[in-house]
Amino acid sequence: MTKNNIIELIDIHKSFGSKIILNNLNLKIKKGSSTVVVGGSGTGKSVMLKCILGLTNPDSGTLLYKDQELNEKSRINSKFYTKIGMLFQGSALFDSLTVWENVCFGLVQGHGMQIPEAKEISMKNLKKVGLDMNIANLSPSELSGGMQKRVALARAIAASPEIIFFDEPTTGLDPIMADVINNLIIELVSDLGATAITITHDMASARKISDTIAMLYNGSIIWQGGTNSIDTSGNDYVDQFINGRADGPIKLNIYE
Amino acid sequence: MFLVSFIGKITLNMLSETGRSAIFLFNTLSNGFTRPFYFKAVFIQIIRIGYNSLPVIGLTAFFTGGALALQIYVGSSRFNAESMVASIVALGITRELGPVIAGLMLAGRVSASIAAEIATMRVTEQIDALITLSTNPFKYLIFPRLIAAIITLPILVFIADIIGIMGGYVVGTMSLGFVSESYIQNTVNIIENKDFISGIVKAAIFGFIVAFMGCYNGYHSTGGAQGVGQATTRAVVSASIFILAANYLLTSLVFTQ
Ligand SMILES: Nc1ncnc2c1ncn2[C@@H]1O[C@H](COP(=O)(O)OP(=O)(O)OP(=O)(O)O)[C@@H](O)[C@H]1O
Ligand SMILES: [Mg+2]
Repeated sequence: MTKNNIIELIDIHKSFGSKIILNNLNLKIKKGSSTVVVGGSGTGKSVMLKCILGLTNPDSGTLLYKDQELNEKSRINSKFYTKIGMLFQGSALFDSLTVWENVCFGLVQGHGMQIPEAKEISMKNLKKVGLDMNIANLSPSELSGGMQKRVALARAIAASPEIIFFDEPTTGLDPIMADVINNLIIELVSDLGATAITITHDMASARKISDTIAMLYNGSIIWQGGTNSIDTSGNDYVDQFINGRADGPIKLNIYE
Repeated sequence: MFLVSFIGKITLNMLSETGRSAIFLFNTLSNGFTRPFYFKAVFIQIIRIGYNSLPVIGLTAFFTGGALALQIYVGSSRFNAESMVASIVALGITRELGPVIAGLMLAGRVSASIAAEIATMRVTEQIDALITLSTNPFKYLIFPRLIAAIITLPILVFIADIIGIMGGYVVGTMSLGFVSESYIQNTVNIIENKDFISGIVKAAIFGFIVAFMGCYNGYHSTGGAQGVGQATTRAVVSASIFILAANYLLTSLVFTQ
């Protein structure tokens, strides 16, 4: 692999109707790295992940996975979906299945594992995200939002994927649980050698879990650099964002 | 000017909907007939679509048969042909009313619930989650529902036929004064296999329409809870219209003997 990039987004454009969401977006993700993408609400961070995952198609631009172009066909041929895990912002648990069946789902469907073995792995993963075993037989609708998020997290990591996408993993969790999840993400990257791409608004979590931070603004990545250089980026947009100031170059159209 | 652009818009809409449904059907069939097969999902849907619809189908068929007997009695007594009641009820139910009523009831009951379920899965990103977990939604969600409806509706219609004829029999013998043996004899004499078969073939096609409209409208829903509502309404309305249109076409093209 050239430059060790496992995922590359090149000149990605995406609009919904006349609304331009992603405009000339470029992003490189190093293998084994932990990248956090930050950016204002509604700037298209979730849309960017969905483009990589093939859940929505970019209008133009190129996506690369290990230097191979990613499209509908190559995702199937390279068994892309057995190598990734995705935590959806809204959890997206299957409400017709129980908690443990949700966590098992990818193991059974994607990896052809037998149910007893898959169930055992599911239980281990539920424990990892700090959930009690006695919720395993409940339906997702019987859980709190934070618990659902953690079940979804367990489902995303159950098959030990090569690349894990987290869309706001700590939103809606209490500070202690958020830190447990932070540690889990760090462990997945350092121990299992996974590559993590995380979207978060939680700057404390971003600093803790990432080695690279990228900022999405106005449809493109305006800054990408090491986490330890974020405070000295010299970029006014980044400064304003990470310090959470209302005044600065980023204007919100609150009164529109 | 306005009219022209209006007609143009409707035509374009219709064409794009037709194209989109054709692609949807192609995706369903091309994915559905490859491994792995979700037999369990088909079985669950057969129970949900078929077994759970039995009470509704039974009741509507019974009352329709009864009302049909009353109306035909009124009509036939004007020609002193009251003895025709049993035969006309039997033919009317098996050839026409059994399949149409079962189809319409299932358009209400099953199209709506399929559309609501799949639309909710769409707006809560569960369909996206399926894909990221290596599961093809056409194979896992759509195909089992189509197959289950195509298998189940003929069975339901067969049951509706029998209960509908029984409805006619009950009304005929209890309130119209027919003798039980001769009513049964008249029914048995008139009915041929092809009367049943035409209804059963129609039913399979209605089953396809019911499930397809539910799946298609649910799958393409957008925009939150409101979108789920719209998808459900559209599924029921379009399934009902297509069932009635298909019924007329089938009757006039194939089943006039
Ligand atoms: N399916 C869609 N149809 C139309 N517009 C969409 C669709 N999905 C997203 N959008 C629009 O794209 C923009 C970006 O959405 P996205 O969900 O990516 O934001 P985000 O950066 O993840 O925000 P947040 O931090 O609040 O999650 C929003 O303005 C949204 O309205
Ligand atoms: Mg988002």
